[in-house]
Amino acid sequence: MSSVINISVAAIWSLLEQVTDPEVPVLSVIDLGIVRDVQLRGDDGVEVTITPTYSGCPAMDVISMQIRMLLLEQGFKEVVVKQVLSPAWTTGWMSEAGRQKLLAYGIAPPNQVQQVCRQELFAPHEAVACPQCGSYHTRLVSEFGSTACKSLYQCNDCHEPFDYFKCH
Amino acid sequence: MYQPVNTQAANLVNYLLHLGDNALILSQRNSEWCGHGPVLEQDIAITNISLDLIGQARSFYQYAASLEGGDATEDSLAYLRGERTYLNCLMNELPNGDWGQTIMRQFFFSVYQQLLYNALLQSRDETVAAIAEKSLKEVTYHVRWSSEWVIRLGDGTDESHARMEKALNMLWSYTGEFFMPAGYETAAVAEGIGADVAALQQRWMEQVAAVLQEATLPVPVAGKTWMQSGGKEGKHSEHLGFLLAEMQYLQRAYPGATW
Ligand SMILES: [Zn+2]
Repeated sequence: MSSVINISVAAIWSLLEQVTDPEVPVLSVIDLGIVRDVQLRGDDGVEVTITPTYSGCPAMDVISMQIRMLLLEQGFKEVVVKQVLSPAWTTGWMSEAGRQKLLAYGIAPPNQVQQVCRQELFAPHEAVACPQCGSYHTRLVSEFGSTACKSLYQCNDCHEPFDYFKCH
Repeated sequence: MYQPVNTQAANLVNYLLHLGDNALILSQRNSEWCGHGPVLEQDIAITNISLDLIGQARSFYQYAASLEGGDATEDSLAYLRGERTYLNCLMNELPNGDWGQTIMRQFFFSVYQQLLYNALLQSRDETVAAIAEKSLKEVTYHVRWSSEWVIRLGDGTDESHARMEKALNMLWSYTGEFFMPAGYETAAVAEGIGADVAALQQRWMEQVAAVLQEATLPVPVAGKTWMQSGGKEGKHSEHLGFLLAEMQYLQRAYPGATW
């Protein structure tokens, strides 16, 4: 007996907003821009294509499992979560809603116009606004932060250290 | 070295293992700094670099395992091979030494990896090109971080300068191996899959020299030093066995253990 699931591709995209990044729980996989494709397969199958933010991102396995669970709960029998590497994820794919959520969470969102995504050495450091007081009078502490996707900054005005979701 | 009946497939598997092993072995070395870095931020930086390299190794091993077939998985390739079948460059398996030596090695390797992955973007093999494209963004940060530290320490105090010069002298004879192609690399170039490493040497030398000069460190003259080799063919220093003994301990003692 085969059942026909009555969910559109568009509805699956909005369902996926419930799946969040375990390392930055205010962001959904849709906000992050890591869901690249959703395809229905036959009567009760679905294939979701995701791409990692970083090669070694340990959150990807958890995210894949959460997507699987969510879609199985909806009645799908065959759920395939496929990972692709190309085109490589970029912070440019993060949604505007995601950027606002990050800011409210106290993490500086990636700059809209990417300034240092290039390979030359000694590129100027980005001007990053402090998520607490809004000042651009901030300094880079380290390009490597608490997770692969963040740099560590400090505000010279309010002195708060903060994470910047770094250019990628 | 992996040697199935089909030589063409064996060459590609060995090429992928070489790329993965370089990343995994350096990652394992860098991870030894976890909890021991000179300051918290740099402890976090070197272990972040480790994580990026593990991710890259996983991508190469997953692809190699899919070609090898049978029971091969990314885990079996990492945990169940002995040192004679590891194909990493000798430099990557050397003990860390002090922070200066760790930085200098990361710098030499990251500059090489950036040139290599840029060349692999042109690979006829879509998976290899995709891994290179993904990894290149990460390596860009590694190059920037390690270059800045070479300059900071080289052009720092008398003590830090002396240590960086010592690291440079110690590591230099291991840099030549990057650019001496192993058989599987030559075969991969012929197939349009691999990168011609010998052709990367001049640009590597220019980029390294620019940073060393900025760091007030002596620039070695190309071609004047006898270069170590063998790692790419599975002939390793005594250090790799100890590294693997620690890294593989759990899967050797409790085969198939999961968590
Ligand atoms: Zn502030």
